[in-house]
Amino acid sequence: MEENILKIFALSVTRYFDTVAEGGATLAPPYLGADGEALGLGFSAVIGITGAYRGNIYYTAPRRKLHALLPHLGETAADDRLCASLVGEIANTISGNAREHLGRGFMISTPFILEGSDIAVRTTKDIPCYILPITWQGHPSRVLVSLQKSPDTP
Amino acid sequence: MKLLIVDDSLIMRRAIERCVSTHRFEEIRVAINGRQAVEEFARFRPDLVTMDITMPEMDGLTAVELILKTNPRAIILVVSALADKATAVEAIKRGASGFLLKPITIESIQEALEDAIAP
Repeated sequence: MEENILKIFALSVTRYFDTVAEGGATLAPPYLGADGEALGLGFSAVIGITGAYRGNIYYTAPRRKLHALLPHLGETAADDRLCASLVGEIANTISGNAREHLGRGFMISTPFILEGSDIAVRTTKDIPCYILPITWQGHPSRVLVSLQKSPDTP
Repeated sequence: MKLLIVDDSLIMRRAIERCVSTHRFEEIRVAINGRQAVEEFARFRPDLVTMDITMPEMDGLTAVELILKTNPRAIILVVSALADKATAVEAIKRGASGFLLKPITIESIQEALEDAIAP
């Protein structure tokens, strides 16, 4: 996968926190995930990618981080239903925003929500999974980028 | 005035509803996909619609087209994370009154709604 793609997702994540949470998100250098590594942090959302690319984009965050973020969206209550919806919306937004650079051929699905910390990512030789660690107000979260150009994409 | 909020995301529907709470909308209803939006539009006859694009069952751009077929004067503001220019152009071509990119802020949604309903 091109390094450029990871930069695009780093930009999308930064834009999200700048807009919604008045900034403060810091990104650590991305690294390659190991096959079967448990990468979930509590609430995860997966976006399926088709078209010019194939693969998945994940956003995963712990409940405490999501509870801290919810008031920035005007929420006063913090329940699991809202946490699940929030990870889905973040995954959708950062994936959709990436089309600014990747174009309309980067087709995204609606988010699929997973709960639990034992979510493992299966990497293959063909589609490696890069992890972008994010810290916001001391809370960790991750974007997982597992993408490959489709065979018929120039 | 009546507003229909169309988005498959609970958190976005609630956020948009809160953003417009100080506005002049007397009644607000929601739909969670394009198909529901088309049905709800026919029943509710809103003055304004906010429409997400990426949704299950029927996407927002198809819903925009179907709503405008039955009511060419419908005012529909597309609110989407899809940031490529081609999608925004497509939304306007299909008849949307405006396009607002997610993530949104209170200011951005209020401004976009004002623009959409301005005579």
